[in-house]
Amino acid sequence: MPEFQRFSYDVLVIGAGGAGLRAAIEAGANGAKVGVVCKSLLGKAHTVMAEGGIAAALANVDDRDSWRVHFADTMRGGQYLNNWRMAELHAKEAPECVRELEAWGALFDRTKDGKILQRNFGGHRYPRLAHVGDRTGLEMIRTLQDHGIHTGMEVHMECTVLSLLLDGNRIAGACGYDREKGRFQLWQAKAVVMATGGIGRAFKVTSNSWEYTGDGLALAYRAGAELQDMEFVQFHPTGMVWPISVRGILVTEGVRGEGGVLRNSEGCRFMFDDIPDLYKEQTADSEEEGWRYTQGDKDARRPPELLTRDHVARCINREVKAGRGSPHGGVFLDISWIKERMPKAAEHIQRKLPSMYHQFKQLADLDITKEPMEVGPTTHYMMGGIRVDGDSQMSTVPGLFAAGEAAAGLHGANRLGGNSLSDLVVFGRRAGHFAAAFANANGPVTVDEAKIQATAAAALAPFDRGPSGENPYQIQYDLQETMQDLVGIVRVESEMRQALDAIGQLSARAEKAGVTGNREYNNGWHTTIDIENLMMVSEAITRAALLRKESRGAQFREDFPNKDSEWGKYNIVIRGGADGEMQVEKRALTPMPDELKSVVEEMK
Amino acid sequence: MATSTTFRIWRGNPAGGAFQDYTTPVEEGMVVLDAVHRIQAQQAPDLAVRWNCKAGKCGSCSAEINGIPKLMCMTRLSAINLNAPVILEPMHAFPIIRDLVTDVSWNFRAKKTIKQFKPRPPDAADGTWRVQQADVERVQEFRKCIECFLCQDVCHVLREHHKHEEFIGPRLLVYAAALEMHPLDIEDRVSDLRHIHNLGYCNITTCCRQVCPESITITENAIIPLKERVVDRYFDPLKRLFRIL
Repeated sequence: MPEFQRFSYDVLVIGAGGAGLRAAIEAGANGAKVGVVCKSLLGKAHTVMAEGGIAAALANVDDRDSWRVHFADTMRGGQYLNNWRMAELHAKEAPECVRELEAWGALFDRTKDGKILQRNFGGHRYPRLAHVGDRTGLEMIRTLQDHGIHTGMEVHMECTVLSLLLDGNRIAGACGYDREKGRFQLWQAKAVVMATGGIGRAFKVTSNSWEYTGDGLALAYRAGAELQDMEFVQFHPTGMVWPISVRGILVTEGVRGEGGVLRNSEGCRFMFDDIPDLYKEQTADSEEEGWRYTQGDKDARRPPELLTRDHVARCINREVKAGRGSPHGGVFLDISWIKERMPKAAEHIQRKLPSMYHQFKQLADLDITKEPMEVGPTTHYMMGGIRVDGDSQMSTVPGLFAAGEAAAGLHGANRLGGNSLSDLVVFGRRAGHFAAAFANANGPVTVDEAKIQATAAAALAPFDRGPSGENPYQIQYDLQETMQDLVGIVRVESEMRQALDAIGQLSARAEKAGVTGNREYNNGWHTTIDIENLMMVSEAITRAALLRKESRGAQFREDFPNKDSEWGKYNIVIRGGADGEMQVEKRALTPMPDELKSVVEEMK
Repeated sequence: MATSTTFRIWRGNPAGGAFQDYTTPVEEGMVVLDAVHRIQAQQAPDLAVRWNCKAGKCGSCSAEINGIPKLMCMTRLSAINLNAPVILEPMHAFPIIRDLVTDVSWNFRAKKTIKQFKPRPPDAADGTWRVQQADVERVQEFRKCIECFLCQDVCHVLREHHKHEEFIGPRLLVYAAALEMHPLDIEDRVSDLRHIHNLGYCNITTCCRQVCPESITITENAIIPLKERVVDRYFDPLKRLFRIL
């Protein structure tokens, strides 16, 4: 029988990105004994890759900004499918969370009078993103990491969770293994916070790190939690498309915020051709006005390049399909043109976008101060996730909380850039607070020894099949191809049905996956565990996308190309049925209180 | 570019190991990590390699490529000689876990020994501070660090002399410099730098600065100013006299 190394905590946080670390810090500050489990080394989570900034209505650059405008922008961006309570709390609490980061050592760029500087971003009415050049995520995770290590949390690095544990219907902790030796671990806990991020590795072209295999969503689902909004997968409009090996790596929206423009192969600035009604009032009607906006003119409206991500991604897709794309299947994003408008443009670009300059220089041998970049849509962010209570972040499983990208609700059908970093700290803090309160209010848990032994045995099964089993890497590639081709930016029923069949066949192959070697740092073995979670989330995405028969936000259905007001009344919720089948259903939105309705009306 | 290339990869564990050759097709635009992934998927499924972002932002895939500490994700095949086998080894300054993966946990333990950030009282009644961009920029250079630990790997105090228990190494000196020069920080780390972290062990060979993938001027901008602070406090006779008076 496999041995387990055993640990006991009040609160166990799974994931050590921005949300996980913020939750761990808060739970510790509320008196809880905290353990953190993460798949990578501390400080390497996907948060390091966030570039543009953290959205918060500090009103340091434009005093017309306030939580009310931020709330309305977020709801409009999410096409009103957002959990309005989360959008309200997020808009109200983000400024405080940014100031808290500064008090812990984060050093944001400054305004002339020494306050935190804010930049323009898609979908935000006023300059709202506190930032550090274009490496804001690194600044944030490092601040949380360096502050967190002095708060007493115990960090279990390079560990993978295999299963959540229940005591009755209540959460009791988790079990998994460490990568270094492959030893089984048991983390008993009175409350668990899921902060495992997203699902980008289900697709072939993605900006996400290897860890983004939907573990938190799959684990929570198997433990009985509900998932929500799984059809809304955000394709960021600007990923690198060339060279092929860097395909998908993100090019920050900050490039457009600083004045970068999108052009097709005919040199046409195509974003002016298609401005949605919802945004007509707020969008510039000339190139001149758009430029003035990016340079801080308060009377100007934003250029169409800064419309929401779903819209920009679809416009790029349209240009490529119409044969007006760049040589490698994208379009051109040009920031170098600003030399026509300002002296010392090259130095300006290098200062404002240092990480982008470096990335293109090193990986594509291209100087962005001189030449346009080639970009195209890349899988970036999951709006859907574990369904939680807006205030406490608790899921439908008592004691199981979720925060950050693993939780659903805040962003509705489409997330605005910059709202992710603020989501992490606002709801990481809330999840940590309420998880500690839950742990304090509830007695000890016991774990089911038979269950953990069964989990360990199942995890070891691929070793028995050995090299004659299916190659797990190949299964993952095939799944990525399937999702990219059949459940990507443009969806249609027949293709999604095909995808479901393919996922069924891939799941059968995954059950026959074999690995060679031993349990020590065995990447092949780790992949067999990851792909099971990827299969589950891929099926959930596809089933939710099939059910939502309309186009809204990140979901574009070729067979239902219009937004349908009837569908605007529902979220799609998924849970495991008694027979093990996935149950997918429409769930009516909770009506918005009059006070928030009037905020939305006022900001239209 | 060659159509196929041989990669000579170190395979083994703390008990020992050996180089093994893998030949794999290569294409324009590939980086070393792409080739390693291809080998892993097709020839060596249990090959241990650490990576996360594949975009030079997380600092996980550090290794030694033809003897030089580098990030595998930021080393383009077009920049190295493919006519001879490409030699890939784990970092030498840290204990081996398996294949290309080393145990870098010492860096995390050592970091905890540096006194944490301690800000001055807020400047404004609303609890916020006022800081000039020029003061921020000096420290932002150090905060670009992605903790790849390549500078630690190449530092002779750690690599050759194994002084891990006495010396925190370039990465953590950069970290200490970022705190010491932080415009809001009021903690004093100068005594610790001299007596606990043994800053004097660094004899400024600049090897660390040369391998930094973020081009941080580790030696000139971080370590030398820290040394100056130590000298000012402990070795400047005039200042010592003033302190006594």
